[in-house]
Amino acid sequence: MEQRKTVTTASSKRWQRFRRYLPLMLMVVPGFIYLLINNYLPMLGVIIAFKNVNFAKGILGSDWIGFKNFEFLFKTSDAWIITRNTILYNVVFIVLNFSAAIGAAIVLNEIKNRFMSRFYQSVILLPHLISTVIIGYLVFSLLSMETGFMNKTLLPLFGAEEVPWYSEPGYWPYILTLVSVWKGAGYFCVIFLAAIVGIDHEYYEAATIDGASKWQQIFKITLPLITPVIVIMSLIAIGRIFYSDFGLFYQVPLNAGALTTTTNVIDTYVYRALLNLGDLGMASAAGVYQSLVGFVLVLGSNYIVRKINKDNALF
Amino acid sequence: MGKTTKYGQWALHALFLLISAAALLPFLLLVSSSITDEQEIIKSGYSLFPSQISFAAYDYLMKDAEAILRSYGISVAVTVIGTIASLLMISLFAYPISRKDMPFRNGLSFYVFFTMLFNGGLVPTYYVYTQILDLKNTIWALIIPILLLNGFYVLLARTFFATSIPVPVIESAYIDGAGEFRIFFRIVMPLSLPILATIGLFQVIHYWNDWFNALIFVTDSKLFSLQYLLNKILLDIQFLSSSEMGGNQAEMIAALPKESVRMAMAVIGVIPILVSYPFFQKYFVKGLTVGAVKG
Repeated sequence: MEQRKTVTTASSKRWQRFRRYLPLMLMVVPGFIYLLINNYLPMLGVIIAFKNVNFAKGILGSDWIGFKNFEFLFKTSDAWIITRNTILYNVVFIVLNFSAAIGAAIVLNEIKNRFMSRFYQSVILLPHLISTVIIGYLVFSLLSMETGFMNKTLLPLFGAEEVPWYSEPGYWPYILTLVSVWKGAGYFCVIFLAAIVGIDHEYYEAATIDGASKWQQIFKITLPLITPVIVIMSLIAIGRIFYSDFGLFYQVPLNAGALTTTTNVIDTYVYRALLNLGDLGMASAAGVYQSLVGFVLVLGSNYIVRKINKDNALF
Repeated sequence: MGKTTKYGQWALHALFLLISAAALLPFLLLVSSSITDEQEIIKSGYSLFPSQISFAAYDYLMKDAEAILRSYGISVAVTVIGTIASLLMISLFAYPISRKDMPFRNGLSFYVFFTMLFNGGLVPTYYVYTQILDLKNTIWALIIPILLLNGFYVLLARTFFATSIPVPVIESAYIDGAGEFRIFFRIVMPLSLPILATIGLFQVIHYWNDWFNALIFVTDSKLFSLQYLLNKILLDIQFLSSSEMGGNQAEMIAALPKESVRMAMAVIGVIPILVSYPFFQKYFVKGLTVGAVKG
């Protein structure tokens, strides 16, 4: 590099620093602008929830109506149903997905044959990588009233009656839960397995010498040592407890109106209110409700974990 | 862990073969239904093993291949452009904030992190892309909204750059007169292939599987991505033979082997993943493992 005379005034120093880091600053620009448009601009959009939107006047020009949109939302029975569904489904999904995945990971770790272990990992991960549209097809091929595998092959095998799956809301909590575990357990299993593989072997060798049984090893060594990963994954899941996999609740029940008492969640409600009903105010009120509670839940759950054990917290 | 008996191992294998079967059987049901004779399906439903094999559904789809091929093309284009663009943007953002000497690095990191905590919701996002940017019914509506840059991947890449790129390498290149962009493209990117492959693979899956952007931003059937076309057909089988798809309507509907065609469409949609998956699976497993380690 060309040697230059050092100028010591403060402003030229700042100029030099600016020039030094200008290329790095430029690198950040595309991502910065994207997040501004995709994430920060819509955050300002929460004002839509407090306005009586009139497209002729534009969003900023529309009249303020305070909490009217929220009043309308919470007066409907929908508000209660979508809140209940969203939370209950997520709690059940978290508990079942995690226990299935932890169990599978512990068992998978016991399998000596490395090739087969890899094979199982890949197979149980596969459903996670399939689009929910395709999963909708898979469920349809199982449950279709006229042609489904359940009604035509499985149920007759046991002499049972055909079941109108797509018009009876009562079955869907079970169906959606099964689909969620089928789709998600493999993903969590791989993550937990990675944590188990990372555990130092000496713990187990020492335990074996001391005569610890397999169960004791699992409960006294494996589970406590993968707790940090379990806690972090749970925290992320709890922080998103007000959000749902839109595809699972919209696509898999084929958007069937008869099923909404058990399949409607906040995400599908917002979508329907926005695009089917065109009710911008109500849709954004529900969206704001979702974002705010979600935000509080992330901060809250993180705070609690920080109190218990600082190392396990997300931030 | 300690010893497991030989019989114990067999039991574990049996258990996992069962689990694997549960993961795979629905796909088998899909594929075999697509090659089952239509009359057979109407009589005895979809089955795991076709009793009457017929490729009529695929023949039918071949005859009306234009819409399918177009949506395939859209999906491929969106996936390629989207993945390359997002890899570039993610790493361009992540690299500077991984540098300890970068001014505002903490502020910029928080700028990314906060997007993971709070969002404006669907309505304002929809409003921004349709009213302000006017992306409705353009191919960009499938690429740009929501999917292009995920804050989590930026932080993942930042952690990788900060821990795996040796600072002396960057410094010596700088002293040798290399500019920051040259350092980034010639040194940092080639050294970061593992994380780029991981994020790239996830982005490929996100883009290939996405149908939500099409659902909310696209009404023009010329722009339907494959997944969205599948979504339309699942919800309404008549859509396949509607005028938007071209062809002689009345005749087509009469001749339409509905049930097997439906499943054949799904097979066409899922085949790229099923075929390429064995080659990619070890990277997926590795990628998930990277993601599991706290940054």
